[in-house]
Amino acid sequence: MYVRISAAIAAICFSSGMAMAEGAKLTDPQIAHIAYTAGEIDIKAAKQALDKASSKDVKQFAQDMVRDHEAVNKQALDLVKKLKVTPEDNETSKALSRQAADKLAELGKLKGAAFDKAYVANEVAYHKTVDGALETQLIPSASNSELKGLLQTGLKIFQGHEQHAEHVAAELK
Amino acid sequence: MQRARRFAAIAALWLAAGASARAATIQISMENLEVAPAVTSARVGDTIEWTNKDVLLHSATARNGDFDVTLPPKKTASFVLKKAGTVDYYCRYHPNMKATINVAP
Ligand SMILES: [Cu+2]
Repeated sequence: MYVRISAAIAAICFSSGMAMAEGAKLTDPQIAHIAYTAGEIDIKAAKQALDKASSKDVKQFAQDMVRDHEAVNKQALDLVKKLKVTPEDNETSKALSRQAADKLAELGKLKGAAFDKAYVANEVAYHKTVDGALETQLIPSASNSELKGLLQTGLKIFQGHEQHAEHVAAELK
Repeated sequence: MQRARRFAAIAALWLAAGASARAATIQISMENLEVAPAVTSARVGDTIEWTNKDVLLHSATARNGDFDVTLPPKKTASFVLKKAGTVDYYCRYHPNMKATINVAP
């Protein structure tokens, strides 16, 4: 059982390029930091898209991302304050931010329909990655039940975004 | 004349009371990006009351254009059904939130 779970995590980390600290169990302050960072990344990507996208649907989607992730992150901040938890930077957060910065630079070079396509494709992939991490690592590792609950809500939202992104991607073709 | 007017007023009250006794308020919740119940039966004149329990903005947007109700986070909003028929609706901001109201005449 243990082997199967770590194999699944390894597969997700490997396929998504998301670097998870091996073996080490994440603490709640680290989990909170990762979840918050994941939201911030998507907000930044969406703000770039609001600036650069040409399709109305893509802009609308980006607006939805900003609105939802800001709402969820605000809830996350309220929760960590209430629990007196200080989010703690860690290898996973750093890896996420590094990859996001690279992606932002890469997309920054594109224009028009090429940008729209690349942004939406990345949104599908990114939400898939985060869903996988939430499901297999963050939610099972969280010890505080309220944090776990917030992550479960977050997973629902991310899954919805993933489907929305897939829908927008299909419309662009 | 006076009496006729009074009669009309009483008749109007009776009619209104009859209508409001028949009309129901039907509650539908939106929580964790799910509409529950996803399928609802109602009658013309009934009020649909949606409660958004999420921290996210939702909407109840009819595909046929019958209604478009905005549901701010943690708020309730309602709509009185005016036409019979099957109405599919969704959330503009989360298109995978879908539900149906079957409106009987
Ligand atoms: Cu919604």
